[in-house]
Amino acid sequence: MRRVVITGQGTINALGRNVRETLEAMREGRCGIGDLEFQDVDRLSIRIGAQIKGYEAEANFNRQQIALYDRFTQFTLLAAREAIGQSGLGFSGELATRSGVVLGTSGGGMNTLDENYRTVYADGKNRVHPFVVPKLMNNAAASHVSMEWNLKGPSFTVATACASSNHAMGQAMQTIRTGMADVMITGGSEAMLCFGGIKAWEGLRVMSKDACRPFSANRNGMVQGEGAAVFVFEDYDHARARGAEILAEVVGFAMTSDAADIVMPSKQGASRAIVGAMKDAGLNPGDVGYINAHGTGTAANDKTECAAVADAFGPHADVLMISSTKSMHGHLIGGTGAVELLACIMALRDGVIAPTIGYQEPDPECALDVVPNVARDAKVDAVLSNAFAFGGLNAVLALRSV
Amino acid sequence: MSDSINDRVIVILAEQAMIEPSDISMDQSLEDIGIDSLGVVESIFAIEEAFDITVPFNANDPTEGDFDISSVSAIVHAVQGLVAAQKT
Repeated sequence: MRRVVITGQGTINALGRNVRETLEAMREGRCGIGDLEFQDVDRLSIRIGAQIKGYEAEANFNRQQIALYDRFTQFTLLAAREAIGQSGLGFSGELATRSGVVLGTSGGGMNTLDENYRTVYADGKNRVHPFVVPKLMNNAAASHVSMEWNLKGPSFTVATACASSNHAMGQAMQTIRTGMADVMITGGSEAMLCFGGIKAWEGLRVMSKDACRPFSANRNGMVQGEGAAVFVFEDYDHARARGAEILAEVVGFAMTSDAADIVMPSKQGASRAIVGAMKDAGLNPGDVGYINAHGTGTAANDKTECAAVADAFGPHADVLMISSTKSMHGHLIGGTGAVELLACIMALRDGVIAPTIGYQEPDPECALDVVPNVARDAKVDAVLSNAFAFGGLNAVLALRSV
Repeated sequence: MSDSINDRVIVILAEQAMIEPSDISMDQSLEDIGIDSLGVVESIFAIEEAFDITVPFNANDPTEGDFDISSVSAIVHAVQGLVAAQKT
């Protein structure tokens, strides 16, 4: 089977408008969570989130593009521009047909839905803009990436709630591994910070009103974020032949289903995904130095995830580092695994482990090294990235330095 | 009123085509001024919004129905008719 490497990365999220700014914030343990700003926020009981403040669509796109690009598509295109730019790839001829795009998102064009529901339900208007459907559809971002960069191979969108990006990146990896494509643009995006998006989440009573404190005994829920991260996955030989800079190798991927509960996670399902990813990568537990946790800051996730890691790693669970960067960039739902992969690549390339900030009180049920509050210098050769979605769909990626 | 409809339709089409209103002549087709099928749908939406009318137009078969979009003057004429019919 062919080897798969990463030759480009790009992002926009509450921590930064690009990878450099984002990694700097992660190294400094900066928090991107603050007061939400959008219409009707005063009618919400949850008013915090990791929002991209001061973002202006007009600064990046023309009027006709904005008519077609929902916020989640805009974020995707900006991240893709950075990633593909870094890779140095141009897509024409044979390479164009051998390149595709697979992206994760959970809500798709949630802002478009919200705005237009407001128009017809609240404002009583009887007409909406003709592009509502192509703007809100979940595959809009993937399609616009394929159109913008002339990617003519396998392209689609994956929606598995909070695991969407990991499932997408796992698919991208498999697509190259098995020879269906040579280059895949992958990652994910979410833009759910609008009245309807937060109102829906409020109902579940899993959202924090003050902060995201994963693994801390006094945690009180998750905090939503928004943004995108996009990567260039490339066949190893293809990347080597053109002398590309290789950021990391994607060595393993596994997915499992709990087949149990629509919201409560399962230790067994998570553990099987972790073990599966290591097995697929040919890694032993002792090889893994860092895990970017799903770490939502909810009681249900954090306890289950720590138990699953202990189960999968045995004694090595006490040695490895596991942090949740959601404490800084919030939970990007369908885009979260993609932004979190940036922290994994930073660990491998720069030897910097992003911290779990907001950590205040040890929890005996989460007694792992969660890299509390301050980033740490450490050399790691292999890392995992966990994602465990509502609906019991788990996806774990394994990366190694090259 | 008619002249005003004429001018306003041309402004809408010019904005859609991203050209100056003065660059549009009445005998041109939408294709001539660079408006594609998606642009036609958006133009009709803009016309409906501007004049608060309902335009009978089916993108599956643009020649069906009474709304003639074969040229700028045909569109202006059709809008004038709809405004007269729907505003009385």
